[in-house]
Amino acid sequence: MANAVKDERVQKTSFITTILRRPEFGALMGALTIFALFSSVDTTTNFGQLGGISGWTDIAAPIGIVAVFVALLMIGGEFDLSTGVMVGTTGLLTGMLVTELGLDIWTSIFIVLVFAAGVGLLNGWLVVTTGLPSFIVTLATFFVLRGANLAVTKQFTGTVRVSGTDEAANFEQAEALFASKIEFGGANFQVSIIWWIFFTILATWILTRTKFGNWIFASGGDANAARNAGVPVIRTKIILFMMTSVAAAFVGIMFVLRLKGMQAGQGVGIEFFYIIAAAVGGTLLTGGMGSAIGATLGAAIMGMAYIGIPYALWDSDWTFTFLGLILFTAVLINSVVSKRAMKGRKK
Amino acid sequence: MTAALELRNVTKQFGSVIAMADVTMEVTAGSVTCVLGDNGAGKSTLIKTLSGVHKATAGEFLMDGQPVDFGSPRDAIAKGIATVYQDLATIPMMSVWRNFFLGNEITKGWGPFRMLNVKKMKQLAKQQLLEMGIDLRDTEQPIGTLSGGERQAVAIARAVYFGAKVLILDEPTSALGVRQSGIVLKYVLAAKERGVAVVFITHNPHHAYLVGDRFYLLNRGKMTNDFMRSNVKLDELTVAMAGGAELEALTHEIQQVKNS
Repeated sequence: MANAVKDERVQKTSFITTILRRPEFGALMGALTIFALFSSVDTTTNFGQLGGISGWTDIAAPIGIVAVFVALLMIGGEFDLSTGVMVGTTGLLTGMLVTELGLDIWTSIFIVLVFAAGVGLLNGWLVVTTGLPSFIVTLATFFVLRGANLAVTKQFTGTVRVSGTDEAANFEQAEALFASKIEFGGANFQVSIIWWIFFTILATWILTRTKFGNWIFASGGDANAARNAGVPVIRTKIILFMMTSVAAAFVGIMFVLRLKGMQAGQGVGIEFFYIIAAAVGGTLLTGGMGSAIGATLGAAIMGMAYIGIPYALWDSDWTFTFLGLILFTAVLINSVVSKRAMKGRKK
Repeated sequence: MTAALELRNVTKQFGSVIAMADVTMEVTAGSVTCVLGDNGAGKSTLIKTLSGVHKATAGEFLMDGQPVDFGSPRDAIAKGIATVYQDLATIPMMSVWRNFFLGNEITKGWGPFRMLNVKKMKQLAKQQLLEMGIDLRDTEQPIGTLSGGERQAVAIARAVYFGAKVLILDEPTSALGVRQSGIVLKYVLAAKERGVAVVFITHNPHHAYLVGDRFYLLNRGKMTNDFMRSNVKLDELTVAMAGGAELEALTHEIQQVKNS
């Protein structure tokens, strides 16, 4: 009985430590701070209203959808730099399957998702068999795809753009599902936001409530110890690469449906947005720790900066500089806080 | 009584290097068998052969009297051989209960909705650790916040809970202080009490003597001695481990240097 009482007392005193130890704590504070900042400097009185929210969530959603899976991959101890270009590749491929082969939109989407899973499989397989850092392997994939995007697009269309995706049979169905708008309270919200929320919940569930999630933490935390405990580390990592690629393809498909076409250079450079979102969200670059919700908050911060800066009438040329500072500050605070929290638990 | 695990004239060669020659040993259930050896004696090779990482070049490997042949560590685990490595036993950033059930997660639900039974695992982990005498306030804390001895203890409790018949401990006390080592040794005995055949590999005769029932001495890849607890004293063990004759020669030389 005395034990039980003592136990409860300990639980209470450690409540704040428990909160601080959550990897997404820093990102949540960051998101609230950034929201407060841009609400206060806002010149349109719109930032905190539904109209403003529909604006910055529209920017954040496509970043967030990929970033949550990039976070999972990073927790698993690997990197993927080919995610940004993959958005372009898959968009272009969807467009070309429709315009060059005359396939209907659902068949095209299906082929593209399978293709993306294949690229992820290749990335993962190369990483585990060669033992090279995934940073290098996926950097190579990035450049290979970047070249192919341009060359193949020019070969087939004669321009650097694929257009006319809306000619595809059943285009409207796919558009309604992936690229439509929903009116809510007088503001137009993109349907991508719902997908963003859906994937955040899915990724969080996978990470914290499934066997596979346990294996992700273990593979990234200490691959050797994980293997000794019987975790299939190689399979876990390959599946993570595939999930990341498929998430990028999903966003590529969304863009090509919305824009009804795509530029050959689309997506290049966005891979860093995903990595920033994951890192701001408390995901450790060395693996083993992180959260999908954190990555989503990181994406939200980026969306807010993109809309908040012009709303404040600041020079939007400085957006990237601003994001760079946020990245550094957030990761610094995350690391200090989590170290403190870890120490606080030592007996 | 047949031995839980038995090696008969096992040899392991890496190319032209003989890492382990003609090793014969027996491990019985409900006892602690210590393998003592200095650095380079072949302890690692022995562990890796027992746990399925290496395949023996020659000799027989039996469990409960039946010959076995492991292709991988997973095979060994499936047969009930659990190995707790010195520093590779747990994943520091994961919680105690996640570490406890890693690779053996309890799930509920069906098909794609199959998910972890977190409540049950937390409760079981706490209860199992308590039964082994490890009282943790909160199994949600990262295992990295525990001391080295406690981490080893959790790893031992985990192996015992998942039905290890043979528990191989690789230098469990070598990185620990005196008090911490005591904690680990206590759990070694707890595992023995539960009928596990414990193989305790160490270079510390003092720790071995505290818990061991049988002592094998490994030197330069060969089993040089085999003592039962009843017929050996700690001094003898220490001397034998340091190479007996070699140590005497060394003492003699030192004496000469002092006298001159």
